[in-house]
Amino acid sequence: MIRNLTARLVIILLIAAVAIWIDASEQFTIRNPIDQTILYQRDVSPRLGLDLRGGLQVLMEADLPENAAISAEAMEVARTIVENRTNALGVAENSIQVAGDRRIVGEFPGLQDTDAVLKTIQQTGLLEFIDTGTVSLPEGTEVLTDYSPTGEPAPAPTPGPDGTTPTVYHTIMTGADLKSVTVVPAELGGTYQIAFTLTEQGAQVFGAHTAANVGKFLTIVLDKKVISSPKIESAITQGEGVITGNFTSEQANAFAVQLRYGSLPIPLKIVETRIIGPTLGEDSLRKSLIAGLVGMTIVILFMGLYYRLPGIVADVSILFYAAVAFALFKWIPVTLTLPGIAGFLLSTGSALDANILIFERIKEELRSGRTLEQAIDLGWVRARSSIFDSNIATVITSLILFWFGSSFGATIVKGFSLTLMLGVAISLFTAIFVTRSLLAWVLKLFRPKNLEFWFGI
Amino acid sequence: MNLLGKRYLFFAVSLLVIVPGLLVLAFGGLPLALDFTGGSLLEVNFAEGQKPQPAEIIAIYNEIGIKDTQVQTTDTGHLVIRSTFLDDPLREQVLSTMEAKFGVKPTVIRFDSVGPTIGAQVTSRAALAVAVAALVVVAYITITFRGVANSFRYGVCAILAMVHDVAVVFSVAGLGALFLGWEMDSLFLTALLTVIGFSVQDKIVVFDRIRENSNILRRLDFETLVNHSVVQTLQRSINTQLMTVEFLLLALALFGGVTLQEFSVLMLVGLFSGTYSSIFIAAPVLVVWEKQEWKTWFKRDKAESAA
Repeated sequence: MIRNLTARLVIILLIAAVAIWIDASEQFTIRNPIDQTILYQRDVSPRLGLDLRGGLQVLMEADLPENAAISAEAMEVARTIVENRTNALGVAENSIQVAGDRRIVGEFPGLQDTDAVLKTIQQTGLLEFIDTGTVSLPEGTEVLTDYSPTGEPAPAPTPGPDGTTPTVYHTIMTGADLKSVTVVPAELGGTYQIAFTLTEQGAQVFGAHTAANVGKFLTIVLDKKVISSPKIESAITQGEGVITGNFTSEQANAFAVQLRYGSLPIPLKIVETRIIGPTLGEDSLRKSLIAGLVGMTIVILFMGLYYRLPGIVADVSILFYAAVAFALFKWIPVTLTLPGIAGFLLSTGSALDANILIFERIKEELRSGRTLEQAIDLGWVRARSSIFDSNIATVITSLILFWFGSSFGATIVKGFSLTLMLGVAISLFTAIFVTRSLLAWVLKLFRPKNLEFWFGI
Repeated sequence: MNLLGKRYLFFAVSLLVIVPGLLVLAFGGLPLALDFTGGSLLEVNFAEGQKPQPAEIIAIYNEIGIKDTQVQTTDTGHLVIRSTFLDDPLREQVLSTMEAKFGVKPTVIRFDSVGPTIGAQVTSRAALAVAVAALVVVAYITITFRGVANSFRYGVCAILAMVHDVAVVFSVAGLGALFLGWEMDSLFLTALLTVIGFSVQDKIVVFDRIRENSNILRRLDFETLVNHSVVQTLQRSINTQLMTVEFLLLALALFGGVTLQEFSVLMLVGLFSGTYSSIFIAAPVLVVWEKQEWKTWFKRDKAESAA
């Protein structure tokens, strides 16, 4: 019948153990058994979609003519900027993704203040170089400046509650005067610096200021927030200069992106907004969990009653399937949405179909007078082609759906097809490998005499 | 059991299910939701006893200059307001005007707003996705069934039966729109695409048996061979689709949230149709094709009308 049965059972047990471990924990941690240091760690808390916990989903589209070429790089930069801006609001677990070639989807689960986020996304960033004299301001400090886009003088600052008037810094120039920004390797090995060139007008202003203020600080602010506060080492009169600092490659690139695109490289407009109230989400989650449990219970009872011994074995492997699928969803991680759960339930149906195909085949072979061993072997061999061919067709369809979902930011379709695809893949493994090995093992331990009863012929 | 002998009866049954709903859609138009047409939906809840009349809401919208406003009350007592696309400032204006007029701040349960161009694009891209999927599936079946004669026919029959299932889903959606006010939203699309996937999966299981039997039972005529294969897979078809998949979906339809009910009912019907059409459409059409029965259709009609 089956060779290496012990090895197969050990593999099944190991996979089940790991899956249950992941299912039961929020953090997956492997420690070194000797000194307890952490060797590997991964967050495996379950991710619930907006429809299950409430939140805001925004679809943004490049506000450019339909046929305008938009580079993937520019979209990525726009995405980063939107992400940075919304992160600054302290919104947890938000996800900003590029969808297709001209859209960005932002998802903010469990969000209460939707207005603030929508406003933040739509603002345009303002990059300013301000004179902070002998003070170097730490990154992230909020400041006031005297720059006003209309050219009118900014209103005088009002004294704060403690009676002191906040300092208004003088803006020397804005990001509009930056001509180019590049990242170049520094002389000090392994670090990077940022080289920039200025417009003609910028060069004059900048030259005059730096010549008069060597040794003082020139602070760079984006949307009135300090992003860097370099010291003026020498006068920059030729319109070309460098910002040094022990930047790593990533830091330097991120900084350059902010300098280059203080404002979004592509104008974005909001083309779709969805707000799901938290109570609606909770309600849906509770109801679909009940539905899932009811459905699963009926199915497990049916399999056991109809197919008897193999049915009970199939029930065990369906539970194995569910544990592995859920662990995988947590590991990847797959955000669970209502359609995602529906996709998972359907792939469970597909897992059962594979078992049913095999068992019906075994019954047929038993009826035509074969021995139990022959019937089981033939059942698997003969059912294999229909299981494979039909499941591959489902995988093809879900791939096409996935493509459709991701290029349109249609997260509903994406979630559904992803869980369906993963589910079908795991179901193939459980039917072909797990059910078969478990059945062989059970039959080895216990040799049923009354085949009609135990196999429900 | 001779299932295939009554094939024209089964074709008639299918038409009986498909035609009424499609007629509703043909005359009433597709009840497309804002996912496809663009527009906005605002679901709000007011404290008990402070619920404004729909007309008052429509008046607010008109005042702001938003057109095509419709207000519905859900069974949970929420107000669902549909209108043309609202951007964020407009939505805020609507909410603040409501607060000013009615003296209470409404709770936003749900807000969906889709720009008009994006809706149109989703529709066309979805149609494209279905067409691509159908073509890929025909190609896939033709390749996997290359061992049997006329393997191309199996692909075409699977797609014909799939079109049947899609028509059934549309028909039920049409009837649902007429009697229950259903709308075709992106979940409808998801349901439709799943029905397509599973329809094909089910056809392949039945065809696989025909493929296997055609190698063993060479001497049988094609109709008997197909009938035999269908009967052999019948128990499996019933158990898989009607028991497992339908159990799970029935649970979803009965206990799942409101959001999923329409979706589950459509899936339930669509997947049932997927199994039905494997046995009563796909396999019989293979036989009709093999025997080239259309040549006799006309003659039989004549004979019947003479009698």
